[in-house]
Amino acid sequence: MFDALTDRLGGIFDGLTGRGALSEKDVSAALREIRVALLEADVALPVVKDFIAKVKERAVGEEVIRSVKPGQQVIKIVHDGLVDLLGGEDAETRLRVDNPPSVIMMAGLQGSGKTTTTAKIAKRLSERDKKKVLLASLDVRRPAAMEQLAVLADQLGANVTSLPIVQGQMPAEIARRALQAAKLGGHDVVFLDTAGRTSIDEQMMAEAAEIAKIAQPKESLLVADALTGQDAVETARRFHERLPLTGLVLTRMDGDGRGGAALSMRAVTGLPIKFLGTGEKLDGLDAFDAKRVAGRILGQ
Amino acid sequence: FGGRRLDDDALEDLEDLLIMSDMGAKVSSKITANLAKTRFDKDISDDEIRIALASEIEAIMKPREQVVDFADGPRPRVVLFVGVNGSGKTTTIGKIASKLKEQGAKALLVAGDTFRAAAIEQLTVWGERAGIPVLSKPTGADAAGLVYEAIEKAQREDLDLVLVDTAGRLQNKAELMSELAKIVRVTRKLDPDAPHDVILVLDATVGQNALSQVEAFRHTAGVSGIVMTKLDGTAKGGVLVAVAEAHALPIHFVGVGEKAEDLQPFSASAYAKALVGLGQEETV
Ligand SMILES: Nc1nc2c(ncn2[C@@H]2O[C@H](COP(=O)(O)OP(=O)(O)OP(=O)(O)O)[C@@H](O)[C@H]2O)c(=O)[nH]1
Ligand SMILES: Nc1nc2c(ncn2[C@@H]2O[C@H](COP(=O)(O)OP(=O)(O)OP(=O)(O)O)[C@@H](O)[C@H]2O)c(=O)[nH]1
Ligand SMILES: [K+]
Ligand SMILES: [Mg+2]
Ligand SMILES: [Mg+2]
Repeated sequence: MFDALTDRLGGIFDGLTGRGALSEKDVSAALREIRVALLEADVALPVVKDFIAKVKERAVGEEVIRSVKPGQQVIKIVHDGLVDLLGGEDAETRLRVDNPPSVIMMAGLQGSGKTTTTAKIAKRLSERDKKKVLLASLDVRRPAAMEQLAVLADQLGANVTSLPIVQGQMPAEIARRALQAAKLGGHDVVFLDTAGRTSIDEQMMAEAAEIAKIAQPKESLLVADALTGQDAVETARRFHERLPLTGLVLTRMDGDGRGGAALSMRAVTGLPIKFLGTGEKLDGLDAFDAKRVAGRILGQ
Repeated sequence: FGGRRLDDDALEDLEDLLIMSDMGAKVSSKITANLAKTRFDKDISDDEIRIALASEIEAIMKPREQVVDFADGPRPRVVLFVGVNGSGKTTTIGKIASKLKEQGAKALLVAGDTFRAAAIEQLTVWGERAGIPVLSKPTGADAAGLVYEAIEKAQREDLDLVLVDTAGRLQNKAELMSELAKIVRVTRKLDPDAPHDVILVLDATVGQNALSQVEAFRHTAGVSGIVMTKLDGTAKGGVLVAVAEAHALPIHFVGVGEKAEDLQPFSASAYAKALVGLGQEETV
């Protein structure tokens, strides 16, 4: 459905192949195409503008002038720039879970995939790293949110359990109970799955900040939908302001969205993207790969 | 951007404002170009610009404004809720169910998401809140079979309405989409006019992918109307304008929170004003 950037740029540079040098004017035409392609991929506009400025600086330089195929060269500059901005090829994606019980807090907008991702990461930690994991739902608001996490824990092996549900407790109380249970139970990792919240709901944002203060998480992950549009920057910025975030997770990468939100969120927070959600099932979790995401954004 | 002459720079700023609402580059430039036709190079205040933009957008959205009363019409009216994962289907059904109860309609909720953990329990809580029964089968059961039984039951018991929840599915997953097609087929066996409504639930935070969602769900399930949720956050849901440009589909409701009362009829005027940042106080 989307034209790959390669095709778009093809037309612009076709006449130039073999001629060698690129003028600023040639590059500007290409940059307009790149701008549209990035916007279609849902990269947020301020991020697009910054990025385009950087690409321009590099493209009008020597590299392009000396290159044989200017179109390919510009695409390479764009691709490499995206990979860079996404954290580079060996981005730090490991979780800090060495101090038992290590707390991992999950936060984000409503329906972004926090609860499912909690279970997915728990599965990974228990199976690959032989960790003993406790899952605690702090979502006292959404109907059956706590049951959802409990059901998911049941689907995982004996090394993953969920904190027993006690009706009527507040999120902060549940967090304290989870920490206590993890200490007593000898758990290596305890997940705090929080309720979804909009970033402008002051009461709910304060609640999340309080939970973080109490639980001192080693990792606080902002879970966001890869299909998010321009709002990605606003959401990332506001959550980053209020919580001690350590990383990002982009869910629903199994969709046909171009995933520009990954770039926007990374650019505005500087946080590493740790995982990509790739399905509803609990094995649908991949370690982040900057090249793959850059390629996706460019429609390659 | 303050009061100023509507020149190329000013138009570009306006276009940026629209792009940042998720309207997409094409539609944004079309709307600003329209504005330029009559106002180019004229002095115009910030508010005047916003009001003019809002009225351009309102003109596009007005034909899509269509309140629906599910309690009315054929009996039993079968309403299917579809959409990608986490968009707000179950919650929207819960909100509508609460409204219906006030109207005294005899309804049945159907827990057609037999896949996601505790999806049944979630709908059951909403049913209890609204005082409307929920028909369900254990997780893993065939959703189409459940829907068939639900419609049979509604016909037998002469109910007004059947609201069917479905599992979230991404539109590019052929297998899941064909399961949805099967649900639609099954309802037709019992009533050739069913489903009477197929409501696509879109999340306001979604970007350009909404267009592909509308296309695919239309193709598979014959979407009849749209609900946009989560407009209480920072996302403006501007992609709805691009959707309105591409599809003549009514927009019934917007979701503005998680509680039963947080569902409002879609208003083209309120939506357009919010999109360009005209505050509530200026709209009354
Ligand atoms: N296709 C796909 N679906 C996903 C992915 N991650 C989560 N989901 C689905 O997205 C929906 C919402 O996921 P949840 O884990 O309940 O999201 P949440 O953030 O906990 O939601 P709230 O607690 O209500 O705010 C469910 O239908 C999940 O199955 C993913 O990577 N791919
Ligand atoms: N802020 C806000 N949250 C909403 C709104 N509508 C739904 N939600 C929340 O969004 C999350 C997902 O809603 P659900 O109703 O579970 O979405 P769904 O489409 O049924 O999800 P799946 O069945 O997992 O695909 C929940 O936390 C809801 O409370 C809304 O209008 N505003
Ligand atoms: K278990
Ligand atoms: Mg949850
Ligand atoms: Mg649901």
